Amino acid sequence: MALLVQRKPLSWLEKTYLPQILGGMRITLKHLFAPKVTLQYPEERPVLPENYRGVPTLVKDPNGREKCVSCQLCEFVCPPKAIRIWPGEIPENAETAHVEKAPDDFEIDMLRCIYCGLCQEVCPEEAIFLQDIFSVTGYSRDEFKFRKNKLYELGGTLPDKHYKWDKKKEAAFRGNEH
Amino acid sequence: MDFTSFLIILAQALAVVVVLMTFCAYAVLAERKVSAWIQGRVGPNRTTLPVIGSIPVIGTFLTRLGIFQPVADGLKFLFKEDVTPAHVNRPYYILAPALALVPALVTVTVVPFGQYITEAGEMVPLVLADLDIGILFILAVSSLGVYGIVLAGWASNSKYPFLGGIRATAQMISYELAMGLSLLPVFMWINAPGTDAALNLTAVVQGQQGWWLVLWQPLSAFIFLVALFAETNRLPFDMPEAETELVGGFHTEYSSFKFGLFFVAEYAHIVIGSAVFTVLFLGGWHPLPGVPLQLEGILGAISSVGIFTTKVALLVFLFIWVRWTLPRFRYDQVMRMGWKVLLPLAIGNLIFYALAIAAFDSLK
Ligand code: SF4
Ligand code: SF4
Repeated sequence: MALLVQRKPLSWLEKTYLPQILGGMRITLKHLFAPKVTLQYPEERPVLPENYRGVPTLVKDPNGREKCVSCQLCEFVCPPKAIRIWPGEIPENAETAHVEKAPDDFEIDMLRCIYCGLCQEVCPEEAIFLQDIFSVTGYSRDEFKFRKNKLYELGGTLPDKHYKWDKKKEAAFRGNEH
Repeated sequence: MDFTSFLIILAQALAVVVVLMTFCAYAVLAERKVSAWIQGRVGPNRTTLPVIGSIPVIGTFLTRLGIFQPVADGLKFLFKEDVTPAHVNRPYYILAPALALVPALVTVTVVPFGQYITEAGEMVPLVLADLDIGILFILAVSSLGVYGIVLAGWASNSKYPFLGGIRATAQMISYELAMGLSLLPVFMWINAPGTDAALNLTAVVQGQQGWWLVLWQPLSAFIFLVALFAETNRLPFDMPEAETELVGGFHTEYSSFKFGLFFVAEYAHIVIGSAVFTVLFLGGWHPLPGVPLQLEGILGAISSVGIFTTKVALLVFLFIWVRWTLPRFRYDQVMRMGWKVLLPLAIGNLIFYALAIAAFDSLK
């Protein structure tokens, strides 16, 4: 429904602009002395809300096992195709040989990433997380392609609720009963 | 004139120009700081100098206040790349920035900024040239400043600067009239029968030993102030620049030092304008209405200059304050206000004071 707003005609005093100008100057004068809101950035840091979506990183579980199994779902889902994965095999003699796969190399191009968080959402292993790093700098485009080492370095270790692969190993040890 | 007195005059002139330029530089800083404070920010607070900046409390305080910022700003203007577009009209393009700044520096010669009372009780004004036609000189020379802007707009040979130049011309003509007319009552007032003040600015200040003229003639002062805002191209009248409409207006095609000259010229005009307003309406170096400054000797001279600069600084603050309060008027509004409001008002004001002064004289 159309809404008609009745405009009051300006009074003579208002047409001289002067009361409004003085009123405006009073307001700006108040702001002149009001406390400032600037955050002195490099020294002071903003308080980030929980679930903030910063740079995507790879994480390890508390046992130090790299969680990514290079299923490549994140590579597939990533809208701007920022992720590139070179899948690799875990050697027979390793303790986690039953996991079978881990990335040989993993690359996220931070210039392409749009911080959508889809990779974190799609990952079946809870291996990739968007954490609280928001300032990424570099001198060349190549510096923005974060490789596996860097991604693990940034990601660190996050607590794990499931220890899925440990349980799997135990189950296999007990003969995979249900 | 022998050589030493020539040297003394040269030194005085240099001193005045140096002080004026410092004033301009710090007016820029004040603009940045005040705008920041009004918008809830803190403004420039990082630039520092090696030794002074590392003095514990004072150094940090000065840095936070941005005291060293003008140095960095100036250096930046010197060292940035100076681009001269291929399509400009070169000689005029290069001439324009200088033409904008020079009139501002020339007008300062006739503005009295203090007094020195000798032991004999004689008043010597502190001014580079105490002309009898002071105000005429100021009006004539300061309006030359617009040629810099117009020439820049025209020589840039591109559409936005051109529009800026046109606007500057129109605005100048419209407001110069009201400005001149608003000054006539002041000089009628000063030139009471029996005095020979002529158009001398020192005489105007001496005429305000009692009440200031802003109290006697508030309307003249108001019209002059509005016209001053328009003449200095300050918001709400910054038609020639209008960065939201005309990119940068007349200085769109300028960079580096040439742009710096325009920038300084704008502030020089503001400082000079404030100084002229102080002389004409705010009692010059007299501390309060009704309280003339009568200190003798060097102390008196220093305090007169101090009082004068304080008043100018407060007026510059007013300029900045208004700029960060008001939006820009539309072009047609500016024209309408100039021709349909300020001009009739100034004429009415002139007639009123002419009659009032005549009536007052015949009563005596
Ligand atoms: S956050 Fe989005 S854009 Fe960035 S890597 Fe993950 S899926 Fe790709
Ligand atoms: S990060 Fe997750 S989704 Fe991406 S390859 Fe590794 S396990 Fe798969």
